[in-house]
Amino acid sequence: MMKKPPRIKVPETINAGEIIEIKTLATHIMETGNRKDAAGNIIPRDIIHTFTASFEGEDVFSATLGSGIAANPYIAFFMRVPGPGTLTLTWLDDGGTTTVEKVPLNVS
Amino acid sequence: MLDRRTFLLEGSAAVALIALLCSIDGARAEPAATPSAEFNAAFNTLIGKGVPQEAGLTLDLPDSVENGDYVPVALAVESPMTADDHVTAVHLLSTANPRAEVATFRFTLLSGKAQVTSRMRLAKTQDVVAVAELSGGRILVARRKVDVKVGGCGI
Repeated sequence: MMKKPPRIKVPETINAGEIIEIKTLATHIMETGNRKDAAGNIIPRDIIHTFTASFEGEDVFSATLGSGIAANPYIAFFMRVPGPGTLTLTWLDDGGTTTVEKVPLNVS
Repeated sequence: MLDRRTFLLEGSAAVALIALLCSIDGARAEPAATPSAEFNAAFNTLIGKGVPQEAGLTLDLPDSVENGDYVPVALAVESPMTADDHVTAVHLLSTANPRAEVATFRFTLLSGKAQVTSRMRLAKTQDVVAVAELSGGRILVARRKVDVKVGGCGI
């Protein structure tokens, strides 16, 4: 579960064909599954295991994450913007929560 | 005369001195931890029977970190990212964390650039390894040692 929505940063204006950087920051505990509580019981793993980015139905970038990714996963990646459209970003976690954000790209 | 107060003061001075010595000791480069069996298995699977190349893949990490909970990591592959010549995936591996596979990043032609930045956990001083898979079956490998003063908490 994300306590608050992810933060996403894309350039304000984009030229068609330009390669832009997309910065994302999710809020998530990324509990590793290797820690024990005070009673000695393993705290179950709870991480964002998959992140995907697509543009108008086409895959742009994806990531499979393990427990070695730091809490509040930051992922910055690139995209060649073919024209106007909407970027769809998805985070999936062990608890079964899917977080989807849609970012319209302002292409001139 | 050693009363309780001076004893405590001297004691705390001694603790401070030990802490100082430890930090000086910690400043010296510590050898990387022995790679885990899980790392070796994951690495060998990725490399397959191919001969990995050492050029073209950049793995950027700090040489030394105070805290292993939050270590910036940047990966970049020199590639035109065309249909004929592009990067399909970059794997990030830890040689000495409880889990070897930290992340796999997958690229497409729409990625434009095979480059990604994230933040990882490091349990102790170790080598971090990146493996890139290119179209046409080429494999690139990069390795960086990171000195970790305080390991990532409970990873």
